[in-house]
Amino acid sequence: MSHSSRADALTAHIPAAHGMAAAVNARQASAVETTRAALDRLASRESAIDAFLDTFPDAALRHAAIIDQRIADGESLPLAGVPVAIKDNLVIGPDLHTPGDAFGYGGRTTCGSRILENYHSPFTATSVQRLIDAGAIIIGKTNMDEFAMGSSCEHSAFKITRNPHEPAHVPGGSSGGSAAAVGSNIVPLALGSDTGGSIRQPASYCGIYGLKPTYGRVSRSGLVAYASSLDQVGPMASDLSDLAIATQVICATDPLDSTSSSRAAEWHLDGAGASSLVDAMASPITGLAIGVPAQARSASNHPDVTRVLNDTIASLQRIGATVVDIDLPMTDYGIAAYYIVAAAEASSNLARFDGIRYGRRASLEPGQGLVDLYCRSRSEGFGKEVQRRIMLGTYVLSSGYYDAYYNTALKARRLIKQDFDTCFAGTSSHPACHAVLMPAAPGPAFKIGEKSSDPLALYLEDVYTVGVNLAGLPGLTIPAGWTSALPRLPIGMQLIGRGFDELTLLRIAAMVRNSQTT
Amino acid sequence: MSAHFSSRPDPISLDEVRKVASLSRLALNDAQLQTAQHDLAAVLDYMTRLQSLDLKNVQLLTSIAGENARLNADTPGPTLTNDQLLAMAPDTMPPFIKVPKVMGEGSA
Repeated sequence: MSHSSRADALTAHIPAAHGMAAAVNARQASAVETTRAALDRLASRESAIDAFLDTFPDAALRHAAIIDQRIADGESLPLAGVPVAIKDNLVIGPDLHTPGDAFGYGGRTTCGSRILENYHSPFTATSVQRLIDAGAIIIGKTNMDEFAMGSSCEHSAFKITRNPHEPAHVPGGSSGGSAAAVGSNIVPLALGSDTGGSIRQPASYCGIYGLKPTYGRVSRSGLVAYASSLDQVGPMASDLSDLAIATQVICATDPLDSTSSSRAAEWHLDGAGASSLVDAMASPITGLAIGVPAQARSASNHPDVTRVLNDTIASLQRIGATVVDIDLPMTDYGIAAYYIVAAAEASSNLARFDGIRYGRRASLEPGQGLVDLYCRSRSEGFGKEVQRRIMLGTYVLSSGYYDAYYNTALKARRLIKQDFDTCFAGTSSHPACHAVLMPAAPGPAFKIGEKSSDPLALYLEDVYTVGVNLAGLPGLTIPAGWTSALPRLPIGMQLIGRGFDELTLLRIAAMVRNSQTT
Repeated sequence: MSAHFSSRPDPISLDEVRKVASLSRLALNDAQLQTAQHDLAAVLDYMTRLQSLDLKNVQLLTSIAGENARLNADTPGPTLTNDQLLAMAPDTMPPFIKVPKVMGEGSA
């Protein structure tokens, strides 16, 4: 099979989630049919991309039959019968149910790690339960870099996921399994998590939409913590309307997460005269001003990324946007600040994996004690990258280095946030910007193995994404173009907005999409 | 340990890596310690770029949730049961989690 026909077979189009849900709600199709179709696609496409760690065909079909019964009984659900994939750092427990019905999904939550290889959670993540409550059907749990630490999905303990557009290349990471499951159109919608770009970068590599919501929009209850002040759950989808629907479904204030904001479900739809996020998204913005930082044109960008950035700027100008040059000088310090803060929080969060309360427990030699049990269980259970970040975090938090590294990074974090605040507020040299545009990654998907031996090189891939997490802002990757040479790989651009203003990002994305289709 | 990371020719010594591994509760052999030293040195060296920033009058940004963070009412709520917690543990003697001896000669 030639390259193009093989890639086409792996990414062949499917109906959008909102179309599936409309058909199921109107009883023109059944949830069992949409689920069966997804399981058929899984059977034909999964072996080439390895996106999933676990699949639930029986539970999914049982669940679909229950959804069909609820529709027959007169209910209408925003994601009725929509097959979805869930990143394997979101827990699914035996309690996953709608009133009176148990589907028996259960299953493991591994975080891509040997230390949680056989871990079964007693409860379900709030974001997953909200998808279920909206009528979605879970097809399976997706592969990821271990504990979400990585940008390529090569750091999973279990398998390497492949890019659906070219299987010799990575899908990105850490939500690479979710991105590949959507990019291959096995499912139209998936959940990922984003600590430093883990939704937006794989969305770019796989040619789909991916939203990292404002910190506090989506409950982190049931998301296995990597860096708690940065982590956020978000949707990934082939279709922008599907992304908007999923965003509205999962964003809610949750008493189980103290950092879930009281504004989590606040959308200001009235201004657009709409009753839902997807309707409000259709309303274009007049007087749109987009800031493009000088740093987005880094000389280290792949030339195709800079070309696609320029193409996107030209598209925005054609639809009447004012594109203004701005400066985000702290971009050059983002990676350093991020890897200090994230590693510090990771070293604390991952201290819970000790071989005692859950996860893998090492066998001991005679005479060995409790500390040996901790050390052996963790050394056997954690992969190299996770061990590296735990040690880095322990070092920057240790006596004597705390001020020099951790506190310095927290001060830099404030300056990074102020950079964005200034751009959204406007200055004497430029108007207030509705959003900032920059690439989602400095290059397209790289080859499997190309960067796995140099940790710093892989960290530098996150240059355009980490600032958004440090500042707590929303970031949306939109599919924007392709590499010029073979293999043809997708390239995404990123829109960054004010806190709690995802709607503006969705409206801009809709304007860009509409300009490309007319 | 030095109080500042400026002008250090060797960002992290092998002894410091050994100490950090111990604090991290990781058991590394000599080859792994040397690899860790090489990798951590490269990353820590990269991080020295932060010292070029003027941070004298900058406050720490300790929480991004800020005013949006909420406190729950101080009342008991539903919790996981003893059985649910034990089901997650790798080695148990209900209603307890089993651990090796803490003092003296321990065994699994």
